[in-house]
Amino acid sequence: MGKKMQVSLTVNGEVHEVLAEPRELLIHTLREKLGITGPHIGCETSHCGACTVDMNGRSVKACTVFVAQADGAEITTIEGLGGPDGLHVLQRMFREHHGLQCGYCTPGMITRAHRLLQENPQPTEEEVRFGMAGNLCRCTGYQNIVKAIMAAAAEMNAKEAAE
Amino acid sequence: MTMGKPLPHDAAPLHVTGQARYIDDIPLPADALHLAFGLSTIAHGEVTAMDLTAVRAAPGVVAVLSPEDFAEMPDCSPSVHDEPLLATGMVHYLGQPLFLVAADSHLAARRAARLAKMTYRELPALLTVDDALAANSRFEQGPVIWTKGDPAAAIAKAPHTVEGSFEVGGQEHFYLEGQVAACLPQEGGDVTILSSTQHPTEIQHKVAHALHLPMSSVRVEVRRMGGGFGGKESQGNALAIACAVVATRTGRPCKMRYDRDDDMMITGKRHDLRILYRAGFDDAGRVTGLEFTHLFRCGWAQDLSLPVADRAMLHADNCYHLPDIRIESHRLKTHTQSATAFRGFGGPQGMVGVERVMDHIAQMLGRDPLQVRRANFYRAAEVAGPVQTTPYHMAVEDFIGHELVAELERTSDYTKRRAEIAAWNATSPILKRGIALTPVKFGISFTLTHLNQAGALVHVYQDGSIQLNHGGTEMGQGLFQKVAQVVAGVFGVDAGAVKITATDTGKVPNTSATAASSGSDLNGMAARAAAETIRARLAAFLAEKHQTTPAKVRFADGLVTVAGETYDFARVANWAYQARVSLSSTGFYATPKIVWDRMRGTGRPFLYFAYGAAVTEVVIDTLTGENRILRADLLHDTGTSLNPALDIGQVEGAYVQGAGWLTTEELVWDAKGKLTTHAPSTYKIPACSDRPRIFNVALWGKPNREDTVGKSKAVGEPPFMLGISALMALSDAVAACGDGSTYPALDAPATAERVLAAIKRMRAHG
Repeated sequence: MGKKMQVSLTVNGEVHEVLAEPRELLIHTLREKLGITGPHIGCETSHCGACTVDMNGRSVKACTVFVAQADGAEITTIEGLGGPDGLHVLQRMFREHHGLQCGYCTPGMITRAHRLLQENPQPTEEEVRFGMAGNLCRCTGYQNIVKAIMAAAAEMNAKEAAE
Repeated sequence: MTMGKPLPHDAAPLHVTGQARYIDDIPLPADALHLAFGLSTIAHGEVTAMDLTAVRAAPGVVAVLSPEDFAEMPDCSPSVHDEPLLATGMVHYLGQPLFLVAADSHLAARRAARLAKMTYRELPALLTVDDALAANSRFEQGPVIWTKGDPAAAIAKAPHTVEGSFEVGGQEHFYLEGQVAACLPQEGGDVTILSSTQHPTEIQHKVAHALHLPMSSVRVEVRRMGGGFGGKESQGNALAIACAVVATRTGRPCKMRYDRDDDMMITGKRHDLRILYRAGFDDAGRVTGLEFTHLFRCGWAQDLSLPVADRAMLHADNCYHLPDIRIESHRLKTHTQSATAFRGFGGPQGMVGVERVMDHIAQMLGRDPLQVRRANFYRAAEVAGPVQTTPYHMAVEDFIGHELVAELERTSDYTKRRAEIAAWNATSPILKRGIALTPVKFGISFTLTHLNQAGALVHVYQDGSIQLNHGGTEMGQGLFQKVAQVVAGVFGVDAGAVKITATDTGKVPNTSATAASSGSDLNGMAARAAAETIRARLAAFLAEKHQTTPAKVRFADGLVTVAGETYDFARVANWAYQARVSLSSTGFYATPKIVWDRMRGTGRPFLYFAYGAAVTEVVIDTLTGENRILRADLLHDTGTSLNPALDIGQVEGAYVQGAGWLTTEELVWDAKGKLTTHAPSTYKIPACSDRPRIFNVALWGKPNREDTVGKSKAVGEPPFMLGISALMALSDAVAACGDGSTYPALDAPATAERVLAAIKRMRAHG
């Protein structure tokens, strides 16, 4: 066992100090120490994207990031985007456009889509397809996921234009 | 009406905010233990020594159980007692659990499980269907054979004949949430199990058996699964039993979650098989005689292999009337993971075989495969003539293939596009396109007749709120929402007014697996019956109060109308409570009309058929074999849909999963029996970027001819087989590389490698 280290990270705007082994993965810190269970464990090898969170303005797979690497980082998880009483437009569109079935991939999928729309606010369908290729869904066939993201982008852009 | 509305999934607000809880999200008491299996590293042999010293000494380890710690080894099999929880002496596949570690964390248990020193006496392993055939290693005494008419004579007389051999790969479920279970010990030795399972009653039954408890002492709860696809029909048994055993021995709560790698190494997958075919046909491509041999690789344990292989036989006809047919089915036992249920349950394997035959015949006659398919269709239900029966002697009374295919042919512009593609291919030396239209006819009902039953429990509370429970499980398919819509319709309230609760063996007992696409057919009917019982009591109560008849009491829009008066549903509920009227009821349903003699292969195993058809267009790169789906047009029959949005989601997801099975999803075992594709890095399921560029999906929308809930049809499995069109489109594109004299004979999955090899074969003859 390695020596434990003190790690400070900001998750969804809240600062947390945690004691962690050097090999501890961010996903385990979030789920087991901080009780943030929106990001799920799917494959544990960074392929499925169920654990996607936002770290310092980039999408990362929390199953292959050491929590030590997140020292000082700003992390946003699905919980930070909006709760049941105040859905983010992406969350609303995933619901309205049926962009989910079993829902296990959904938190990572929406968190990734949120970053994608920051990187590219007006994506084409093709860009959404490739921008989301690192997040697997076994249920939907992706059609409604792409629709939801396109609809969210349209609404976010319309809102921005109006402002 | 609430039924038929395209409402979103009931848990969508929870899913999009990360609040929906899966078992691994549920906080357990601080003293909970986490379990992991130690796995065998050989495919076949005897364990001669097991040194677990280092495992026991590893940090965080609380208990280690080896076969010696069991006076009687618990069994995990859903069929016959052939799946010991831990291998007892003999190892039957690489990845088989040998011992069990309990530690204070998931990672501590997994790390410790790697520290065992095992000594084996290795034996030769039977890995392939050829190995198993040579050793006559099989389940049942010999092959199951069904014959109708005299196919050998029909083939001998036929103007043309065709024969071939076709390899069809298996498929990993890759539910995003891996297998997981937890056990919470209760007073008096009782246990509560949380399990990600499609079959709570089976978990209850197996845990009770392992602990020597009556089923009444075991309660199983399932709120939701993160995907199932058949992979959670029997494969969750081992985890639940392991948790129950350790929880009972230690008095501590236990949880077991397979890491993805372990999940893929331990659990069963879709059956792969080899299909041999020999057919006689006329100049129009009409099949006069047909013989199939199915060589199923079932793995080490029987599991659900017999009914899976049966269902393949039951779908060997698909939409085609085959008066003279023989189907011979071998269920071969090999030293590999135990193949299990997977969406379609053998149906896809049976169906892809006859589609291959149609494709092959079309190539030999130089015809559009759609013409050949059509020439063999069952007669339309409306057209007069003698009854046509399936190879298992069931009358086909509801065939809508002609009209459905004609509609899809029109909306997809199939004929014109086929001509355009041929012209384009003539000018394109490197890239070739292909197109195919394939139909689906899928039988609905469990073939094990007694499983076609369901129960439900509905409560109305004194404040008018409604709680619903039934035996079906939610794995993302939207079953809970559909059944809630049915119940809301009975009471005339919004679907949102019906509280959906977790499947619980303590509320509704003796449930069937949520499988065979039967979830809404069975549970919808049972829940309707329960709700109608309560509504009848409310109506009788109000009618008496207002001096009228119960039939004149109306429930709609959240209101109850009687004798010119209108009341809130809540007010009526409260009155009824005050008047001591029971506001709780069970409901029950047993599917009518079905009878089935499995051994003879005759009867009516299905209440009805669900239909569909798909057109897929692909492009291949003839230098690399790489390929893409360019466009898919799907038309699928869900009767009068209970919820068209959920049904379309099922159709889209099923098509993509079906196309994945036949294109990119390749399972590879090495010569020692090790599955080398045991992670998503090497096993390729469709990603967002693989989605067809143009994807048109529509529902047929005509009512079921049978009396199902709301005249709807089951949707879970049938559209999976729409994916067969992707394989046939690839075959068409490969055929464009030759001069028409050779059949591509593309095996499945048609990976880039296989496509390239097929192109080379075509050019060698060209």
